[in-house]
Amino acid sequence: MAEHSRALAHHFENLEQQRDAGELGMWLFLTTEIMFFGGLFLAYCVFRAWYPAEFVAGSETMDVTLGTINTAVLLTSSLSMALAVRAAGQSQRRRLVALLVATTLLGVVFLGIKSYEYHHKYEEGLIPFGGFPFAYDTGRRAGLVTFLNLYFLMTGLHAFHMVVGIFMLLALAVLAWRGGLLGERSLPVHNIGLYWHFVDLVWVYLFPFFYLIAVRSGGH
Amino acid sequence: MNLPAAARPPRNYLNASYSLHTWLFTLDHKRIAILYLLTITFFFVIGGVAATIVRLELMTPAGDLVESETYNKLFTIHGITMIFFFLIPSIPTVLGNFLVPLMLGARDLAFPRLNLLSYYLFAFGGLLTLWAILAGGVDTGWTFYTPYSSTYSNTYVMTTAVGVFITGFSSILTGLNFIVTTHMMRAPGQTWFRLPLFIWSMYATSLIMVLATPVVTLAILLVGLERLFGIGIFDPALGGDPLLFQHLFWFYSHPAVYIMILPAMGVVSELVACFSRRRPFGYAFIGFSSFAIAVLSFLVWGHHMFVSGQSPYAGLVFSMLSFLVAIPSAVKVFNWTATLYKASISYNTPMLYALGFIGLFTVGGLTGLFLATLAIDRHVHDTYFIVAHFHYIMVGGTVMAYLGGIHFWWPKMTGRMYPEGWARFSAVLIFAGFNLTFFPQFILGYLGMPRRYHVYPEEWQVLNVMSSAGASILAFGYFFPITYLTWSLWYGAPAPPNPFGHTGLEWQTPSPPPTYNFDRVPIVEEEAYNFDPDDTQRKAREEQELPVG
Repeated sequence: MAEHSRALAHHFENLEQQRDAGELGMWLFLTTEIMFFGGLFLAYCVFRAWYPAEFVAGSETMDVTLGTINTAVLLTSSLSMALAVRAAGQSQRRRLVALLVATTLLGVVFLGIKSYEYHHKYEEGLIPFGGFPFAYDTGRRAGLVTFLNLYFLMTGLHAFHMVVGIFMLLALAVLAWRGGLLGERSLPVHNIGLYWHFVDLVWVYLFPFFYLIAVRSGGH
Repeated sequence: MNLPAAARPPRNYLNASYSLHTWLFTLDHKRIAILYLLTITFFFVIGGVAATIVRLELMTPAGDLVESETYNKLFTIHGITMIFFFLIPSIPTVLGNFLVPLMLGARDLAFPRLNLLSYYLFAFGGLLTLWAILAGGVDTGWTFYTPYSSTYSNTYVMTTAVGVFITGFSSILTGLNFIVTTHMMRAPGQTWFRLPLFIWSMYATSLIMVLATPVVTLAILLVGLERLFGIGIFDPALGGDPLLFQHLFWFYSHPAVYIMILPAMGVVSELVACFSRRRPFGYAFIGFSSFAIAVLSFLVWGHHMFVSGQSPYAGLVFSMLSFLVAIPSAVKVFNWTATLYKASISYNTPMLYALGFIGLFTVGGLTGLFLATLAIDRHVHDTYFIVAHFHYIMVGGTVMAYLGGIHFWWPKMTGRMYPEGWARFSAVLIFAGFNLTFFPQFILGYLGMPRRYHVYPEEWQVLNVMSSAGASILAFGYFFPITYLTWSLWYGAPAPPNPFGHTGLEWQTPSPPPTYNFDRVPIVEEEAYNFDPDDTQRKAREEQELPVG
């Protein structure tokens, strides 16, 4: 074996093969994620076609300002993640650590705002499941219930992915601090970067689906 | 004491180390395949016991052996264990895990740790399901239809659902691993069109695993959340749609049928080529038909829902698309047949299974066309006709091919030959028992006997007794291989590297292979299935010379 690097696992021929395999694996994993969220997006389309008016009414209960701020926060975190990937490739350790921490913090801010929104929904009696007090008669406002169910399901699942991502970013930050993940070892940063961008991309769809349909139809 | 080198067995993946933890934490794809083999055999026995009780109950028209509720649990346990914990993992996780790196000329799968994780997810999901069975069972049928599963059933739906949910991730990771391995780990010269057809079909299977499984994972998650918190996506009382569950479920579970049959087709392509001493007729057609089946599999789920109240126009389209699946399937059957034509065929046990597969799969496939016809489906939907149809595909197809493959690669996996006489006897017994079990069910279904009931009118008893008698023959047919294959581990003749004279990289390394598969990276310089053209004549010459010598 010509290249004898400790970064190379026994069953690969060279680092390029190992890196390509890791990257293809990540893209395939993201494909499964798309199919996973795809089922919920299908549900959204079906129910929105069933209950157009109730979905607009549901959308009016959303806080567009907070949603917009959160979108900005998340997109900024994607930028810092992209810069982190670049820093890892260029073996800039301090920069990499700083950018990973920045991405983590932006993720935490997003989750903080999201929790505030959830709490607000609770106070307004807009959680239609789990025995929480619900302000409406569930039977008569079927479409609104479905809208809120989908809202909590889809944003909740998204938030779950954010939490997983934040833990992975923290792990990366620790490893980077110790001097790993640089240069030819930067694949994990690259892959978790892909994951992070994917999670952001899901939000880019969730935001208009839940927050903006009332705005578009002149509700605000 | 130093033994002379000739008496010491060479180092291989089995004798490299012996302690338990080197097995439980192994990263070697071959050892993980053995772990899977043991685990799925265990689940096969559980599913088989449930089926045995079902068939015993159906010996008489009255419900005299078990109560209707117990009966519901029995067929549910049979369905869930056989589908999620035996058939779906069978060929991919045992033969696929063992053979994919060997056939490609690689040292291991691309992600060995992920492979081990995959096994443990599978084992854990299986244990949860087993626990649900022991704690009191589950009665929803393997399909978990809502709103019964999400609202009404008082059995262990939650535990079982979590078990199946976790197992889904195992399937996803296995598929992902195979795809990356096939792309990235091929030996020098091992181009796509030199790959064995087994690899083509494993690749197509992996695509389905990766693309379809997440959808059923989500559907099961939603059922779970509905049971726990009352999130009513499938509950009509809360504005939800129970049919949506069926759409999501079959979007996976129809392709899942092809997760079961495509690997079987890959095995049969290998067996037919080897025992006909011929390159498969229409190699590329067989390869691409696997992809055609994989693609079409995503477009036909609605044929499970013809009587569910979906739009008749959707029914029409789904019916038409379902007919299309027959084309690539027939391409395969015709190509195997053409390979056999005027070939020098030998009837070793694996070949008996392969020929059995071709016949039974054809019956299963053609009756599938009946079911894809809207009007006929109205008549036979949810009857024993369906039961017979999918058992011809899953048992007559997948299990036959799985057993054929296990026999074919047993010398490679264990270094021992299986006893040919017993093996042929069992193969014939299984074929006979299978047909006696399931052919009467076609007639029962056509006469209108519904599935999932433990009582039936007296005029159907003769056919049901025939079916149960066949099932007991089948049970013996399965019992023998488990016994003599275990026996062969100690008493079987030591296997040479290539006992059947097949082409392919896995036969160019010792039996059993060393831990890293090949002593040096193999270089592929010829097409797959490049059987020696003089091979047939040489064999004939040798046979004539034997008595003289």
